[in-house]
Amino acid sequence: MHNMNMFSESLKMAISNIKNNKMRSFLTMLGIMIGVAAVIGLVTIVQIASDSIMGEFSSMGAGTLTVIAQGTSLKSGLNENDLDKIRNIDGVDAISPYVMLSAYVVVDNEVYKKVDIEGDDVSYFAHNDRIDKGRCFKDFEMDGYTQVCIVDKTFIEKTLKGKNPLGQIIHLGGYDYKIIGTQKENNALTGGASDKGDSEGNIIIPYRNVNRINFSPNVVNLYVYVKENADASEVEKNLRSELKRIYNNADNSFQIMNLESLLNVMDTIQGMLTTMLGGIASIALLVGGIGIMNMMLTSVSERTREIGLRKALGAEPIRIQIQFLMESVVLSLIGGAIGIGIGCLIAFVAAQLMKAKFIVSAGAILLGVGFSAGVGIIFGWMPARRASKLNPIDALRAE
Amino acid sequence: MEQTKNEEILRMTNICKDYEMGGEILHVLKNVDLTVEKGEFLAILGPSGSGKSTLMNIIGCLDVPTSGHYELSGRTIADETESALALIRNKEIGFIFQSFYLLQRQSAAQNVELPLIYAGMPERKRKERVKEVMEKVGLSDKMDHLPNQLSGGQQQRVAIARAVANNPSILLADEPTGALDQKTGQAVMDLFHSLNDEGRTIIMITHDRKIAGHAKRIVRILDGIISEGDVEDA
Ligand SMILES: Nc1ncnc2c1ncn2[C@@H]1O[C@H](COP(=O)(O)OP(=O)(O)OP(=O)(O)O)[C@@H](O)[C@H]1O
Ligand SMILES: [Mg+2]
Repeated sequence: MHNMNMFSESLKMAISNIKNNKMRSFLTMLGIMIGVAAVIGLVTIVQIASDSIMGEFSSMGAGTLTVIAQGTSLKSGLNENDLDKIRNIDGVDAISPYVMLSAYVVVDNEVYKKVDIEGDDVSYFAHNDRIDKGRCFKDFEMDGYTQVCIVDKTFIEKTLKGKNPLGQIIHLGGYDYKIIGTQKENNALTGGASDKGDSEGNIIIPYRNVNRINFSPNVVNLYVYVKENADASEVEKNLRSELKRIYNNADNSFQIMNLESLLNVMDTIQGMLTTMLGGIASIALLVGGIGIMNMMLTSVSERTREIGLRKALGAEPIRIQIQFLMESVVLSLIGGAIGIGIGCLIAFVAAQLMKAKFIVSAGAILLGVGFSAGVGIIFGWMPARRASKLNPIDALRAE
Repeated sequence: MEQTKNEEILRMTNICKDYEMGGEILHVLKNVDLTVEKGEFLAILGPSGSGKSTLMNIIGCLDVPTSGHYELSGRTIADETESALALIRNKEIGFIFQSFYLLQRQSAAQNVELPLIYAGMPERKRKERVKEVMEKVGLSDKMDHLPNQLSGGQQQRVAIARAVANNPSILLADEPTGALDQKTGQAVMDLFHSLNDEGRTIIMITHDRKIAGHAKRIVRILDGIISEGDVEDA
């Protein structure tokens, strides 16, 4: 009760004193404002930038190894035998070859349309959320002779003209394919095989069917899905030695991209950037803090007689200290709050320019509040202590 | 309030206060012995520079003597911490300074409220008490005035209201009429008499014999040496 009283009285006195010195208080706050705005702005910008990069990567799937096995002149790509070897590596959950080509489809014996054909395995759909209506493939449909397909929105709009796509038959590579599902149009890979951008849709069929249309039984691109409890880099090592065996240690025969280790590297870079930029911005805060200390020292020496009088009327040293400390903390918290606002604004504008999603983390706000309160306490401490130590009679006599 | 005779409120024995000035030691108070009883109205009379304010600062626990023993309400002041002294000043002593010492940015009422804040009194009770003492000094219509919107005599009365707000046992007044004309000075003296009649101990410092004449007991100080003396002697 007594302490609460002391606290709220100190707060009132602090606010009234800040109001009494509006210009000086504002100029002092400016330092903290700039410092906090810089910290919040930079930290948030780094966060937004790396989030949007990471988001793109991780939508491709964590726990996924991407293999490009161009092979050698003697042996290009991977055959079914090689794929089985890879399937059997410890820690591999499943694999999905990924094949693309451009082809013409015929609908109702009359419309020729150039489209992207994409070949995937069943496991691909467990890791990529691409099915809108209908269903994905079943294991028994992967024999290379079952003609089922999944079409995208562009294809539906341009070719099927509003007809319910499910159950429709389209003609592709000499066979009739039944549409069993439709794609969400949210995947960045859509339309990838079309060099001129004149593709009128994307159609997914079982990967062996693509190889058949392509007259090539071999697979170049492959996704390897790592079991949830397995270590991706361990699997990557085993995969590497398996591929070396397959290609007899030939140079440049394959590449493996481990998205997880890429994400880890990105994470480290983000951490380093945040620390570095935050550190630079902290220098601005330090300067702001020195400004606060300067103002508080001035304030203490200007109000020496007032301090003496308060002591004569019964203010304990601790109360004087709290009063001055409160003043510097309130001052830097107000500065900090405005700084957070400005920092968010800067980050918002930056996000618009980067065309990234704007997010302010609670961490950044806490950082700003913590920083400004900390600066207020640290740099207000010495002046407040000095005020509390003043000898009442010397203080009263001061001019 | 009933007045109990022979109840000591403060006792000074052999108090000395020295100042060092440019290597020379200035003896401002020389072996001062002084005992004050509860309910007394005492005047300390002496010319300028005789050490009156120095003595008052020691009585009010604002300053410490160079040597000697000082006891206030049974407590040895030399043994107390800074915080304890602040508490003693708050509860036991009401200061009326030679030059008022009002906070210029705060209203009369806020100035009077200060010692109550430090006493930890809740806000509602504080406001009531401020009104009460402002009425007592006849300034209930000037509560919200800033000190510089008040006359010297009114400022002095605000200072008195502040001094009595927390019901201290001793009222310490340094030249309370020094800045006032005779009529307002008389009004302040009347106020002191009524406060003394309520049982409050009053120690008044002055260089003016006439003013000292209002007190029931007079102590004279000359060059830091104290001597008892009544009005007839003066
Ligand atoms: N801090 C100090 N340092 C040095 N000398 C001091 C100090 N304070 C007071 N003195 C000296 O002590 C002496 C007594 O001063 P004090 O203020 O007690 O006088 P006073 O009796 O109150 O005078 P007045 O009636 O003019 O107020 C003076 O000679 C003064 O110069
Ligand atoms: Mg004096």
